[in-house]
Amino acid sequence: MSHLLILAAEEKENPLVPPIPELVIGLIAFVIVFGFLAWKLLPNINKVLEQRREAIEGGIEKAEAAQTEAQSVLEQYKAQLAEARHEAARLRQEAQEQGATLITEMRAEGQRQREEIVTAGHAQIEADRKAAAQALRQDVGQLATALAGKLVGESLEDHARQSRVIDRFLDELEEKAEAAR
Amino acid sequence: MSADPTQVLAFETDCHIFDGCGFPAPGLHSFLFEPLWGDGDSNVYFNKTMLLALLGSIIVIGFFWAAFRKPKVVPGKLQMVAEAGYDFIRRGVVYETIGKKEGEKYVPLIVSLFFFIWMMNLWSIIPVAQFPVTAIIAYPAVLALIVYVLWVSLTFKRHGFVGALKNFTGYDKSLGPVLPLAMFIEFLSNLIVRPFTHAVRLFANMFAGHTLLLLFTIASWYLLNGIGIAYAGVSFIMTLVMTAFELFIQALQAYVFVLLTCTFIQGALAEHH
Repeated sequence: MSHLLILAAEEKENPLVPPIPELVIGLIAFVIVFGFLAWKLLPNINKVLEQRREAIEGGIEKAEAAQTEAQSVLEQYKAQLAEARHEAARLRQEAQEQGATLITEMRAEGQRQREEIVTAGHAQIEADRKAAAQALRQDVGQLATALAGKLVGESLEDHARQSRVIDRFLDELEEKAEAAR
Repeated sequence: MSADPTQVLAFETDCHIFDGCGFPAPGLHSFLFEPLWGDGDSNVYFNKTMLLALLGSIIVIGFFWAAFRKPKVVPGKLQMVAEAGYDFIRRGVVYETIGKKEGEKYVPLIVSLFFFIWMMNLWSIIPVAQFPVTAIIAYPAVLALIVYVLWVSLTFKRHGFVGALKNFTGYDKSLGPVLPLAMFIEFLSNLIVRPFTHAVRLFANMFAGHTLLLLFTIASWYLLNGIGIAYAGVSFIMTLVMTAFELFIQALQAYVFVLLTCTFIQGALAEHH
């Protein structure tokens, strides 16, 4: 144990007095660590941390942009769909209206044609009737004249008088027929 | 630093209880090392703590080199661990005390300090090395000195000569007649005692921790004789418990050291009230 006592007696052993070589080595050792970290390694990692932060924020921004775009496209589609529906409804309405108009027009046209035909028929009948009446009147007149001539023995060839008498007779007949009808 | 031929294992290995030899208690001699190279009396030598200090530097650099040399946006496992440590110091210590804007440029220093000190402390429980480099006052002292120079120069730069003196002395007119005394105490406390306690806090914790570990380790061995074996078991369990405790203290002391550093820098940058 004597060597311990010798050591204890030495002033250098005071643990609070730093030995110079250890100070120097300690400084060098720390400067090495600080140098490497400050010069290269920490800037390295800072750059990457920044990149990561940007990447995350960029990703979020991209996602947001995509969502916004999807939303706008969706709205656009909805608008288009609504427009298409509206258009379809409008077309249907128009078609219905057009159909109704056509039917009305056709109906009116039919009515008109029918009336035309009926009118034409009536006119034809009237004309025929008149022609028949005219022919009948002449025939009846001649027959009556001939008959009256034979009966009275007297020629009733006087045309003017004859015609007047016959006409008067026929008119009377007609009036009687009218009244009888 | 003179020769001590028995210090190979920090204690005599052939000594057990009941063998007629006393307990080889750990002491200051446990913190002295024969130079591996050079002459202990000449100030040109190389010993175990220096080797551990340089090796520790290389390990810290190696770790961060492997993790951050080619960092990826999507990190691997190693990068993730290193990032967690880096982020813990950056956000948890620097931004919390100095603030993000002003603190940013001190981040490399604080991160280096933390991991350097932690590694130096960790040597305490790494097999074969088993010695905390920071239990030699020179290492905490040089770190505390760097911090001291930094914050004193920052104070002068920020506040000018008179402003810096006011900052150091805690100048406050409302103190009235006790102002000179208060200023004297503040000056002493800030400029003289503070760097000393800054270094000694780390040093003494590691010194005490190593002494405790040594005590129980040596006791475990020393008691291995006769009835002493039972006590040796207890002592060995204590060694394990203390090792786990040291693991915690090592990280804590490194954290405390950088937290205080940040507080000093913050004090230097803050406006004086």
